[in-house]
Amino acid sequence: MDLVISTISQGFLWALLAIGVYLTFRVLDIADLTVEGSFPLGAATAATLLTAGFHPIAAILAACIAGMIAGVVTGFLCTKLKIPALLAGILTMIALYSVNLRIMGKANLPLLQQDTIFTIWHFGMDKMTATLVIGAVIVLIVAAANYWFFGTEIGAAVRATGDNPHMIRANGINTDAMVVLGLLMSNGLVAISGALVAESNGFADVGMGVGTIVIGLASVIIGEVLFGTRSFFNCLISVILGSIVYRAVIAIVLQMGMPPNDLKLFTAILVAIALSMPLIKARFASMRKAVR
Amino acid sequence: MLRIENISKTFNPGTMTEKRALEGVSLHLAPGDFVTVIGGNGAGKSTLMNSIAGSFPVDAGSILIAGTDITKWPEHKRAKFIGRVFQDPMMGTAANMMIEENLAIAARRGRTPTLRWSSSQKEQAHYRELLAGLGLGLEDRLESKVGLLSGGQRQALTLLMATLESPKLLLLDEHTAALDPKTAGKVLALTEKIVTESRLTTLMITHNMRDALRLGNRLIMMFGGRILFDVGGEEKKHLTVKDLLAMFEKAAGSELANDSLLLS
Repeated sequence: MDLVISTISQGFLWALLAIGVYLTFRVLDIADLTVEGSFPLGAATAATLLTAGFHPIAAILAACIAGMIAGVVTGFLCTKLKIPALLAGILTMIALYSVNLRIMGKANLPLLQQDTIFTIWHFGMDKMTATLVIGAVIVLIVAAANYWFFGTEIGAAVRATGDNPHMIRANGINTDAMVVLGLLMSNGLVAISGALVAESNGFADVGMGVGTIVIGLASVIIGEVLFGTRSFFNCLISVILGSIVYRAVIAIVLQMGMPPNDLKLFTAILVAIALSMPLIKARFASMRKAVR
Repeated sequence: MLRIENISKTFNPGTMTEKRALEGVSLHLAPGDFVTVIGGNGAGKSTLMNSIAGSFPVDAGSILIAGTDITKWPEHKRAKFIGRVFQDPMMGTAANMMIEENLAIAARRGRTPTLRWSSSQKEQAHYRELLAGLGLGLEDRLESKVGLLSGGQRQALTLLMATLESPKLLLLDEHTAALDPKTAGKVLALTEKIVTESRLTTLMITHNMRDALRLGNRLIMMFGGRILFDVGGEEKKHLTVKDLLAMFEKAAGSELANDSLLLS
């Protein structure tokens, strides 16, 4: 039972990462590797502020702003300087490695006695349940805010930018500005995710961003396959549930005795298979046609 | 309404693939002018249109719409004045968004987007009416994704979107070329209806000489980055395809009469 609760609550904390990746990968149609740097950036910012005695909420907000700035940097590189988005993300990610070390002053920052968002608002619940409830509430707020935003004129313009830049430019929208805005929002969410994971796990580590893009992609794709993509609302829910399912899959394979060191290999293979599904399905369909 | 003064554009200057696409083109359109543009491949028709729309900066000359100099404006800013329908039916609409969302974006062309919800009940009723006017059965599919529509339906929708907020200038870049003849005829009839009803100043590229003669009040033929001739009014009404070919031969030299211009 404990394992189930902790799996679901981890799923919620990482769901913000998944939503962030969804915003770039699906909405903007950009594979943004900045997340590998903005996730630990959020963790580092939050952990450093917590140890300096700041309120956990302030720490999370600061993490969010730091992540947004990282997103804007990538946006600047790929829109104004015309660096391909993939490379722009890699550049920011690499730069953030040094920035994160500067912020923390060392590679690993433990949160020993500090209050976190999960201890100040426990309402008598044990830490595990509190993490679940607070994680769920934060994810619901973020999902609702996203749903609202992408229904507004600006939100529609961001979605159209990823869908068909020619069309939206012909309708008077500055696509560069929309790309920057999308990257800002995405990395803000990813940094919040990093901050929450750090507060929950009790430490921030400079290496904790490795593979986050793949984890995010896995959550997005699992969610889409299992829970559908009929509408934007449907997609948001799918991505959140996808994050939880991903955590469950990880928990199960670990229980079955997979060495934790192999996790990233496992995740990468999972995502590779999922991404090639459309092709495999098409091949399969044409093969069946040929047989008939 | 549109004032183009002596614009030039050379692609890839100073390289092997240098291409002088426009060489000192001037063109004035009065409000309500419906101009058809013909010319062979590489004549500069699309370059002219893309220069007006701002897809790239011109090397020299100036472009004014309704008295405003837009020569240095970026593409998205020019959208305030210009409605566009592209040759590729996929280019004018966002495939993964609903018909209603596409229309809502078009209804706000040229305005800074806000955080207001993107379309109201009242607007949706208005869209339904407009879609019914297309006669394609789209009025009951406001919530369908545009990607599910056929090329002809998408082009009709794009046309509706481009003219939803009356543009100062409507640019049609061979917008029926990618459609089958029957659908092309429908979209063209729709174009005629919308343009005449709203008296839109329009520039329409076409490869079909008969369409070029039948539609609009003015016709220009381009060749080698220049406007070869420009006829309007009564003179245009009495023109035939034969006349066009004769004029083309006379102006460009007979050896060029077999240019791909002779399509259709």
